[in-house]
Amino acid sequence: MTATTATSTRFQQLIAEQQASLTPRRKIVNAVMLSLTGLMTLLALIPLFWIVGYVIYKGGQQLNLDFFTQLPRPLGMDGGGVLHAIQGTVVITLLAAVFATPPGVLAAFYAARFPNTPLGVALRFSTDVLSGVPSIVIGLFAYALIVKPMGHYSGLAGGIAMAILMLPTIIRTTEEMLKLVPHALREGSLALGAPEWKTSIIVLFPAALNGVITGFLLAIARAAGETAPLLFTALGNERYDIGTIVRNGVAQNQSFLQILERIVDQPVDSLPLTLWKYAQQPYPERVEQSWAVALVLMIFVLLINVLARLWVEARKRRLQG
Amino acid sequence: MWVVENGIEMTKQISIPPERHWFSRLQRITRHGDSPWQAIIIVMAVLVMVLMLAIGWMLWRESADARAAFGWGFLTPSLDTSWDPVNDKFEAWPFIYGTLLTALTAIVLAIPISLGVAIFMSELCPDWLRMPLNWLVELLAAIPSVVYGLWGIFVFLPLVVTPVGGALFETLGKVPMLNVLFTGPIPPSGASRLGAAFILTIMIIPTITAVTRDVLLSIPSSQREAALALGATQWETIWQVLLPYGLSGILGAVILGLGRALGETMAVTMVIGNSIEGSPSLLRPGYTMASVIANEFAEAVTKLHTQALIEIGLVLFFMTLLLNMVARLLVWRVARRTPQEARA
Repeated sequence: MTATTATSTRFQQLIAEQQASLTPRRKIVNAVMLSLTGLMTLLALIPLFWIVGYVIYKGGQQLNLDFFTQLPRPLGMDGGGVLHAIQGTVVITLLAAVFATPPGVLAAFYAARFPNTPLGVALRFSTDVLSGVPSIVIGLFAYALIVKPMGHYSGLAGGIAMAILMLPTIIRTTEEMLKLVPHALREGSLALGAPEWKTSIIVLFPAALNGVITGFLLAIARAAGETAPLLFTALGNERYDIGTIVRNGVAQNQSFLQILERIVDQPVDSLPLTLWKYAQQPYPERVEQSWAVALVLMIFVLLINVLARLWVEARKRRLQG
Repeated sequence: MWVVENGIEMTKQISIPPERHWFSRLQRITRHGDSPWQAIIIVMAVLVMVLMLAIGWMLWRESADARAAFGWGFLTPSLDTSWDPVNDKFEAWPFIYGTLLTALTAIVLAIPISLGVAIFMSELCPDWLRMPLNWLVELLAAIPSVVYGLWGIFVFLPLVVTPVGGALFETLGKVPMLNVLFTGPIPPSGASRLGAAFILTIMIIPTITAVTRDVLLSIPSSQREAALALGATQWETIWQVLLPYGLSGILGAVILGLGRALGETMAVTMVIGNSIEGSPSLLRPGYTMASVIANEFAEAVTKLHTQALIEIGLVLFFMTLLLNMVARLLVWRVARRTPQEARA
């Protein structure tokens, strides 16, 4: 030790001094910056708790059974609910699921089977990019594609807009889950003489099914909360009531398809759309109701998210052993 | 093809009654049905890509008249623009300006916060905390944007944005160069571009955080260990080693966030005040491209009005398309590079 200090040059001494003087500063910087990251995390989570807490507080006061079972009453009358919007949300989401799931799952089979072919890379790339297209632009697309040729707004157009929004989520999660299925399963099936398509449908798909359902649920949660694509496709309809449509249809002896057409082929409302309209009205009772709508919407979306994630975690752990 | 034709020949030879032809043909196809199966999944894969082109083409076609009528003047910056449905004269600059200003402000505010959260989640937090934190951040992304808007109008704007805006007006509003952006006064309701920027910040934090965290987690731990072994503190490791290593991925995350901020519609429409006034200030009400479409499209009467709105949608589509492509390429580059260097 002494030898090195004795032979050290002026330059080495300077460096040693420099480091000695810097050490406390480096420690302080370290401590400050690391605690700043923790602080940022807290800051980012404040809005979450604030929103969730406030919506539960305000919406909880408004929520009652009528809210789920009644149509809106004219202004000035007490009570009334948002049955029309709940039914509309269900109709639009179901339509979207029906349109988005088959192509999404099949495209995911391609992406999982041929990830490195040019088409596979292009598919994953365009899926990613599609998920970044603003929902309002997709609404414009659905308007130009469906509403304009048909000449009127409809739940069908809303469902198709939602399907386009759901597509990327479904493709990505299905693809990831298919990739998690062990290779031995697929090889075993092929070795037994099953053709590729049979292996895919009978062996791979059931093995990945839980994950597929998870992705599907997440996609539904996203679609149920979206408003922008519905503004000029589904438009909104305060008198929408499936019960009445079905009763009238049965009374007039209409066929199943005719009734279905009447359910789908007219403007419908949805929960986020109702929330948006109510929040902008100058009547306090409407604004109060919009908080209840927000609560229902939020509980629905958060619940699906939590369930889906619990499910996917459990599934991953099982598949990875 | 070969199987099918052969199938027909076979059925002819053993002379099955003609009404069963289609059935045995179908059986042939399904028994060795790999080519139909592949055809189906290829068609579906191509469909997804065609969808992107279709969106662009449809918006392009539907805005033809507006593009012909207004040309590039529709998009160029100018101080006195008009948006006049009565006289069918439309220029989109105020909306483009509003979109860019709010989105960029949101990005500037969101970068330090998201980086902090991502660093905390990937480098610092104990294992038991990682999972719940991950969930909370994802829940933040899952809250519907109308709920953000509702909370924004009645809680966030009056309680946070109005005081902050007032303070900014008092301080930065007096700085010579900056005062263009901070001329006030902020409306008492708080509805302003600043409010929109704040809400956007909250909404894009999960996007940037999630991607940045994945990028940081994909960095091989040999990098961390080497830096720590050389005597760097943990912060120096993060700042001088990890962040430069993942820089292109983090840049990708930021661009993704920017894309999301540009396209966000409902929450912004509810808090930005929706007015076309000349002031370029952050503290005044404004309009964005997405919110003008949301507000006016369903009520647009003249053909040119509709088409002008669709053209705004087209511009928005191209902007987000470009940003997303760049962002994905950047993120992919990090993901592709990492395993090779980890092996080396």
